[in-house]
Amino acid sequence: MADATMTARPGAPSRNWLLTLLELRTYVALIVVFTVFAIMAPNFLSVDNAVLISKHVAINAFLAIGMTFVIITGGIDLSVGSTVGLTGMVAGYLVLYGIDLGLGWSIQFNTLEIVLITCAVGVFVGWINGILITKLHVAPFIATLGTLYVARGAALLMSGGRTFPNLNGSGTYGSASFPAIGAGTFLGVPMMIWILVAVTAVAIYISRRTPLGRAIYATGGNERGAALSGVNVDRTKLFVYMFSGLMAAIVGIVIASQLRAAHPATGEFFELNAIAAAVLGGTSMAGGRGRIWGTIIGAFVIGILSDGLIMMGVSSFWQMVIKGLVIIAAVVIDQWQRKLSARIALTQEAH
Amino acid sequence: MSADHPIGLQVRNAVKVYPGTRALKGVDFDIRMGAVNVLVGENGAGKSTLMKVIAGVEDLTEGRILVGGEEKQFRSKDDAVTAGVGIVFQELNLFPEMTVAENVFMGREPTRFGVDVKDNEVLERTRALMARLEQKIAPETTLGHLRIGQQQIVEIAKALAQDTNILILDEPTSALSAQEVNVLFRIIEDLKAQGVGIVYISHRLEELIRIGDYITVLRDGEITGARSMEGVDIPWIVRAMIGDKSKDFASEITHDYGPTMFEARDVSLARAGGGWTVDHVSMSVRAGEVLGVYGLMGAGRSEFLECVMGQHPTARGTIEVDGRPLDGCTVGQRIQRGIAIVPEDRKRDGLVQVMAIRENLTLSSLPRLARWFDLSPAIEASKASEFIKRLTIKVASAENPVSSLSGGNQQKVVIGKALMTEPKVLLMDEPSRGIDIGAKAEIYRTIRKLAAEGLAIVFVTSDIEEVLALSDRILVMADGRVTREFPHGAPASDVVTAANPAKAGAIPVSKKDNAEWPMQP
Repeated sequence: MADATMTARPGAPSRNWLLTLLELRTYVALIVVFTVFAIMAPNFLSVDNAVLISKHVAINAFLAIGMTFVIITGGIDLSVGSTVGLTGMVAGYLVLYGIDLGLGWSIQFNTLEIVLITCAVGVFVGWINGILITKLHVAPFIATLGTLYVARGAALLMSGGRTFPNLNGSGTYGSASFPAIGAGTFLGVPMMIWILVAVTAVAIYISRRTPLGRAIYATGGNERGAALSGVNVDRTKLFVYMFSGLMAAIVGIVIASQLRAAHPATGEFFELNAIAAAVLGGTSMAGGRGRIWGTIIGAFVIGILSDGLIMMGVSSFWQMVIKGLVIIAAVVIDQWQRKLSARIALTQEAH
Repeated sequence: MSADHPIGLQVRNAVKVYPGTRALKGVDFDIRMGAVNVLVGENGAGKSTLMKVIAGVEDLTEGRILVGGEEKQFRSKDDAVTAGVGIVFQELNLFPEMTVAENVFMGREPTRFGVDVKDNEVLERTRALMARLEQKIAPETTLGHLRIGQQQIVEIAKALAQDTNILILDEPTSALSAQEVNVLFRIIEDLKAQGVGIVYISHRLEELIRIGDYITVLRDGEITGARSMEGVDIPWIVRAMIGDKSKDFASEITHDYGPTMFEARDVSLARAGGGWTVDHVSMSVRAGEVLGVYGLMGAGRSEFLECVMGQHPTARGTIEVDGRPLDGCTVGQRIQRGIAIVPEDRKRDGLVQVMAIRENLTLSSLPRLARWFDLSPAIEASKASEFIKRLTIKVASAENPVSSLSGGNQQKVVIGKALMTEPKVLLMDEPSRGIDIGAKAEIYRTIRKLAAEGLAIVFVTSDIEEVLALSDRILVMADGRVTREFPHGAPASDVVTAANPAKAGAIPVSKKDNAEWPMQP
C-alpha cells in the first residue's frame, strides 16, 4: 500500500467536443439543409419563400409540440390529424350556419366564440383519449387509433363528405375576421407565426419551470416511481392528450381560415409528420426525454427539407425516401449520444 | 451417512472477486448425491454467487470445481449442463402463453433438419417427465393456466429434461402455499431416492431442518458452518449466519420518543383466490421510534407498506398519520399529510433513471417548492444541494443522471427525496438491499440520526441482522399476520423462529398421500 500513488484528477472535466456535436445535431442538420438549399435551389432565400416555408412549418410545429408532451409521457397520439379535420369542419360549420335551433331560429357566433368552441372540441377529443388511456387502460396506440377513425368519420358526417366553401364570415355576426387568423399578418409576420411563438413559449415554460412539466417527464421516465413519489400520473396524462387535442384544433382553425374552406379530409397523415419532428428533435419514443425547442428545430428541418426538395424539382417519391432516411439517422445518432454521455457521467462519478 | 451419499461435485477454495467486493473468500462446498444439501445465509452472503459459479453463469476468480473427482472448467452454462447441473431460479423463467411441453424444451427442441420441431417427441418426453415427477399435468396445457406451484414443477421438469443429476433450487417455496410446499417436498424425496443431488436454498429455517440432509452456512463470503443436519436447530443456524455479536446501531444513539405518529388498524389485503396477503395488521409508532418489521419473502411486509401508500384500492383498515386518517387519499395527498416511502426496488419504484440527481431529489416536493405553478430553478437547485450535503451523497454534479451513481448513493437520493417532503413518518422497504457493507453502515447511521431528529420510522426487511441492528422494537410477520413483537435486544433465534410460518410443518410429508394437487380455488 505504501507505494501506491494516487494520480490527481483534473479539477473540472473538460467538455467532450464529440458529445457537444452530437447534442447539437438537430441544429447541425438545420444548418446543413438550409445551406444546401440556399446554394442549390433558386429563390430559396427570398422573403416570400421564407414566409411560405414558415407557414408550412408552423402547421406541423403546433401538432409536434402537442405530440412531444404526449411522447415524453410514454404515449402516442395518432388522432391529431383527424382532429385537425374534425375541428376544421366544426369551425366551418359555425361560420356558415351557426347552431340551428329549428323553427327558423339559430345562434350565430363571432370569431372569438367560434375559436373557443372549436378549441373545446379539440380538447374534448383529447379528453376522450386521456380517459380511454388512464381509466379504461387502453394502450395509447390503440386508443388514439380508434379516435383517429371516429374523428375522421365525424368530420365526414358533418357535411356528408362535402367541403364547406366560402368561409368569409359575416360582418353582421362579428365573424368577418375569421379569414384573418390564417391569412392575416401583424408587423409583416403572419398571424399564425405569432400564435406559434406564443404557444411555443408557453410549452417551453410548462416543460422547464412547472411541477406539471416535471410530472410529464417523470411519468414517461418511470411511471411506477413517479406515482410512488406523489405525481398524479393519470391527471398528467389527461393533460397531455387534451393539450395535443388543443393543438390540433388550432391547426384545424388555421387551415380552414387560410383556405376559407373546410374539407373533411384535411389533416390526413399530419400525425406522422408531427411524430417525425418530435423524434428528429431528440424526443425518445420510450418516454422521459425530449425538448420542445428540439421539436421546433425538428419541424423546421422537415419543413425546409420538403419545400427545398420541391423547389429543386426532386420528385415527391424521392422526397419520402430522403425524409425517412433523415429520421432514421437522427435516431441512430441519438443512441450514440446517449451512450457517450452515460459513459462520461460514469467516469465523472467514479472516484 | 456420508457413505450412502457420495460426493458428486466439489468446490474447492473458491474465490470470486467483483469490482470493489470479494463475494467468495475461499469457499469449500460439497454436493452429496441422493441427498438434500442445504445452503443458507443472509442476503449478500454469497449464496447466489456460489450457485452462479456452479451453474456456469459466472467464472471463478480462483479455485477449482471437481465433478466426480475430476477437475472441470465451467466456462458457460452449457458446460454446467453437460456436467449434469440444472438450476431453478427463484424467479420463474417461463412463457405463460405457451404450453407446458413447449416450455420444458424451450430453446432446445428436438428437430428434423434443425427446422421442423418434432412435436410428438416433445409431448412424449414431457409426459414421461411429468410421470417421473408423479404430476397430473398434461403437456398440452397452456402454462399460464397452472397454479404457481405447478409452474415451479414445470421449471424442475425443464431442468431434469437435460439429464440433470444435480438440481439447484433457489428459494423454491417463497411463493407456494402449504399444500404446494408438501407436493414439492415429496418430489424432492423422490428425486433423492433416484440419486439426484439437490442443493436447496431458502430463508425458511424450519423448512431447511425438515428437508435437509446436510447444511452449509455462508456469511460474508465465508463458510461459517458445514455439517450433517442431525442435531441442527434454529439457534445453531442463526449463530452461524450472523455470528455471536452483531453491530447494534440502535444503542449508539438513544433518545426519548414523542407522541404516536403512525397508527395502522386492521390493515387487510385479500389474496386473489382466497385468504389474506395482509391479514388484519395493526401497529403504531411514536415520533423518534424505529420499528423494524421482520418477515420472510411472502410474509406480506412489502404489501403492507403498499397498502399504507394507497397502492391497493381494495385494501381495508384505517391508517392515521399524526392523528389524521389517510382514507381515500392519493399518494400525493398522503405525502402532504406527512408520510413518505423509500421503496424496495430502487430502479423500478424509487428513481426515474433518465432524470438528473436534482430532479429525482425534488420529485416528491414539487408542489411545496413551486410558487403557485412556477418552479424556480434557483430554489430547486439550492434545495437539492442542501440535501446532497445533509445526506453526504457523493456526486460530481447534481445535474448528472441518477443512474451514474453507486447503489448506496442512489439509495441516499431516494431517502433524500422522501425527506425533502418533511415527513412525520418514513416507511422504508429493505433499506439496504443491494448496497455494499460500508455504505450499509452509513445508511443505518443516517436512519438512527433521522429518528433522533424526531422522525417515526417503519422499515421492513428480510435481513435478520438488519432488523436486530436497527430497531427500537421489532414486529415479526408471517403469512400476512403479525406473529410476535420483541423489544430491542431480543435474541436472534427467537425472532427467526417467529418468522417461520407453521404451515409447512403442519402436514407431514408422506410418499403417496397428498399426491393430488389442491382444488383450484
